[in-house]
Amino acid sequence: MYDSGKIITGLVIFVALFASPFILNVGGGAPAVPQPSLDTPAIKSMGNPVCVRENMQSNHMQVLDLWRDSVVRDSNHTAPGIDGQLYEMSLSNTCMECHSNKAEFCDRCHTYAAVDPFCWDCHIEPPKEG
Amino acid sequence: MKSDRRHFLKAAGVATIGVAAGATAAEANLLDSAKELLLGPKGAAPYPEAKKNARWAMVVDTRKLTAESMEKMIHACNHAHNIPLHPLRKKGDKYNKDEIKWIWEEEFENAFPGQMNEHLPPKVTQNEVLVLCNQCENPACVRVCPTKATFQRDDGIVIMDFHRCIGCRFCMAACPYGSRSFNFKDPRIASLEINPEFPTRMKGVVEKCNFCAEQLDKGLQPHCVEACENGELVFGDMNDPESEIRKVLRNNYTIRRKPEVGTQPQVYYIV
Ligand code: SF4
Ligand code: SF4
Ligand code: SF4
Repeated sequence: MYDSGKIITGLVIFVALFASPFILNVGGGAPAVPQPSLDTPAIKSMGNPVCVRENMQSNHMQVLDLWRDSVVRDSNHTAPGIDGQLYEMSLSNTCMECHSNKAEFCDRCHTYAAVDPFCWDCHIEPPKEG
Repeated sequence: MKSDRRHFLKAAGVATIGVAAGATAAEANLLDSAKELLLGPKGAAPYPEAKKNARWAMVVDTRKLTAESMEKMIHACNHAHNIPLHPLRKKGDKYNKDEIKWIWEEEFENAFPGQMNEHLPPKVTQNEVLVLCNQCENPACVRVCPTKATFQRDDGIVIMDFHRCIGCRFCMAACPYGSRSFNFKDPRIASLEINPEFPTRMKGVVEKCNFCAEQLDKGLQPHCVEACENGELVFGDMNDPESEIRKVLRNNYTIRRKPEVGTQPQVYYIV
């Protein structure tokens, strides 16, 4: 092979550069993953939480999307909660009734992940607490 | 060497397809089970009070309309649906170019341009009538909408999925009744006190009367009908021969707006 020395040196430099963000991060440079707060009067007053049988933290986008189509396109408005009762599939009127702390619940992660969903351009935010 | 590379590429290709196919099948399964989990075993359930297999329609009794009663019905709709009341753009403007209209008062000759016989009774021609989306059986707006944001439900209601509207306004050009409005401005800057139960819209989205689908799905009457005090509006199920609306239509002569354009309006007028 010709120039194998140069190629290998180049490769080593490339790999080092490519991996540098990961390597540098090992020390824990990134801010801690935020936890959405479940501390609202509605949730506290509930004995057992009555939410959805799903990992909402990682799947709420799919769940909300499914609900949105179900309500708007198929006129189906209710879905079972963990307790088996039917609840209205409504972001502003059901989800936010418990999660009335939008800033500590929704925004905390959305800000961390730099996603800016436009739900609130139309759906009404719960009034600020306090 | 050459042959090795070819083999490798082939194997890689097959593997990619396999992974892709596997993923979609798995995803589909996941989606199905997630759907069942999230919407209940038979798909989502509507409210139990909702009437099934209906074809909704409305009768407007223009003999009973008064300025005050119309005002009340319009206000009920505006409030329930967070319809913005934009101020006139500049002093001296006669028409509001930003206006959003779901239900409004219209002069008889504008509402029924084909009906203007000479020497009609003044009580017919001089009074304003209440107009709204006709919830056409054969809606032109649905046919032209490229995104299916405007669609017709099984119960005949022509409704908008505001999430999908791209604001192309084909539907506004197609509707023969001017029943649709475009949000040139952010509706929230001019909203009444906001009703949290119903979303507002965004700038760039079209909107119109939805026959209060949100009420019907709960077994309730539309807001404008609830606001009537003297039976100015009759709302009901055309598929049910015993319904109030069918009785009213049997016993009164009614006209519809621009029947000649073939959209089959489902709002009937007693004059
Ligand atoms: S403006 Fe919206 S509803 Fe109208 S045709 Fe375009 S996408 Fe459809
Ligand atoms: S009145 Fe216009 S907007 Fe309403 S359904 Fe008919 S064509 Fe569509
Ligand atoms: S039926 Fe509902 S949406 Fe339509 S005009 Fe009446 S109140 Fe408004």
